[in-house]
Amino acid sequence: MSADVTTQAVTTRAARRRTSRSADPGRSGWFTRILLGTLVVLWLVPTVGTMITSFRTLDDVNTSGWWEVLYKPELWSRLTLQNYVDAWNGAGASNANMGLSFINSLAIALPATFIPILIAAFAAYAFTFMEFRGRDTLFIIIVSLLVVPNFVAFIPLQSVYNSLQLVGFPKVWLAHIGFGMSLAIFILRNYMQTLPRSVIESAKIDGASHYQTFYRLVLPMSVPALASFAIFQFLWVWNDLMVALVFLGPGPNEPVTVALTHLKTTLGLGWNLTTAGGLLSMVVPVAVFLALQRYFVRGLTAGAVKG
Amino acid sequence: MLAKSLNAVVVVLAGIGGALALFWLLNKAAELLPSRWERRLKPYLIILPAYLAITVYLLYPAVVTVINSFKDKASREWVGLDNYTSLLANSGFRSTVFNTILWVVFVPTITIVVGLAVAALADRLRARGEKFVKTMIFLPMAISMVGAATVWRFVYAYQPPGQPQTGLLNAVWTAGGADPVPWLQTSTFRLNTMLLMVILLWSQVGYAMVLLSAAVKAVPGETLEAARIDGANERQVFFRVIVPQIKGTIVTVGVTVTIMVMKIFDIVYVNTNGQFNTNVVANEFINQLTTNFNYGAASAIVVMLMVAVIPIMIYQVRHFKAEEAAA
Repeated sequence: MSADVTTQAVTTRAARRRTSRSADPGRSGWFTRILLGTLVVLWLVPTVGTMITSFRTLDDVNTSGWWEVLYKPELWSRLTLQNYVDAWNGAGASNANMGLSFINSLAIALPATFIPILIAAFAAYAFTFMEFRGRDTLFIIIVSLLVVPNFVAFIPLQSVYNSLQLVGFPKVWLAHIGFGMSLAIFILRNYMQTLPRSVIESAKIDGASHYQTFYRLVLPMSVPALASFAIFQFLWVWNDLMVALVFLGPGPNEPVTVALTHLKTTLGLGWNLTTAGGLLSMVVPVAVFLALQRYFVRGLTAGAVKG
Repeated sequence: MLAKSLNAVVVVLAGIGGALALFWLLNKAAELLPSRWERRLKPYLIILPAYLAITVYLLYPAVVTVINSFKDKASREWVGLDNYTSLLANSGFRSTVFNTILWVVFVPTITIVVGLAVAALADRLRARGEKFVKTMIFLPMAISMVGAATVWRFVYAYQPPGQPQTGLLNAVWTAGGADPVPWLQTSTFRLNTMLLMVILLWSQVGYAMVLLSAAVKAVPGETLEAARIDGANERQVFFRVIVPQIKGTIVTVGVTVTIMVMKIFDIVYVNTNGQFNTNVVANEFINQLTTNFNYGAASAIVVMLMVAVIPIMIYQVRHFKAEEAAA
């Protein structure tokens, strides 16, 4: 669906270029450029400030603004990597160990991202290529569940988990699988609808079973949509605070988001570690995001109404 | 540490393998049936695991939550509507609801206006400039709200008068000789809530921009040319030709951001934890749940939120049906 929009956009754009040359009234003037330039600077300032602060000592942070580093060369020699070392190892007064929670975040996000994909892909296949009674109603349920806030599940699940005596990561894995399922089915089904029906029909005529059609044709052809959902889900789980807070809480299993919150609260002491810790927590999502931006955007366009 | 990372990899493989095995078994089970029944039942078997997950994690809990909202703190005795009446009688909670409404009114509107402005203006830049501007505005979306809150502390920080200001906003503010302001503690005209909204806007405008930009680019060039030939100026072209054609996307963005804002939690939790009159519904829910252990009140809050979401849900389903009919 969105792929169509993009190609269409590209062609109309090219057409627009061709028809109108240098005197194009739709081209940017200096006003537009200055406005957008200012906006970009405003957007970046908080992040740049955090970055600079993360290399400063506690004393410096408490006695002067980070921007002074920009025009006072005498402050440059005082910059240090110590904050990163301390935040990573959990040194000093903070008991937040970003290194450990970093691994925890990975250990939470990877299974929570990959396990639901196959389950959702099968369901999406059934909704797209199979006829059965109640199909439309069952799918409408998925569409309406997209907007249901997931914290509806917290209290009942806690008692379920308690009675099953479930501890540690499985609690959050299962929760994220359950919460991500409707969005996964929605995105994948919408994408599968755009696949050429003739190919699937002819496979059926050649005697392929549903399973063969699914594994050999539909799954490989759906890779872009699978990637969109995977990125979406990964960023969502990595950046999640609420589910982790409720089901894991602070402790040896905490992910980066939780570690960051009590890095903040235990440190009336100083900001130096929160900045380093905060930036460490952003490395993975920002890298994933920049590398796979195209798929992420497609996922957004395809159905980003997660509740 | 190594054990944990290995564990994660093993779980990924086991999870995918388990899913494969599950579907293989379901397939085998279906094949044991007479072929007429096999064909009829197979679709249900295929969607069964997904619906199991949804039932356990959303449908069943939703029902239990509604029931719990009519029970006491520990979900033992029935208390009727007590949870609702005592919440609504509490002025603190009413103020929390009011704050949430402010979020819902302002954030989606401003997100759309700024996102559309950036999308439309960046569309006029050369391709490389456009990509750069859009990536920079979009990037905060990858960052967690906790991370965003960390980043923005250096804008809102406050030091007592006489000391050098370490927050950017106070540095600018005091440059003219004014006294520094403890921004996040100042609830006059809900200033602190507005400033927290700025953090969310910073992180979400990129989302609106990306969707709206795709829509703006899909507007046929001929319609713009025609309007210009008819003597329309750029402002008229934008408001009379582009905006009507991307209305659908504007609504989609509005709905998505509204749902997100209704559940806004992280930014408030990390910055103020609801103090200084900045509380919002989701933060109050977490406080009732993890601090007060009042499951009745927490459930009642969720139920109110679910009721508030219903109109959006109906809209969503209608919209989906209309799109299906058009396809």
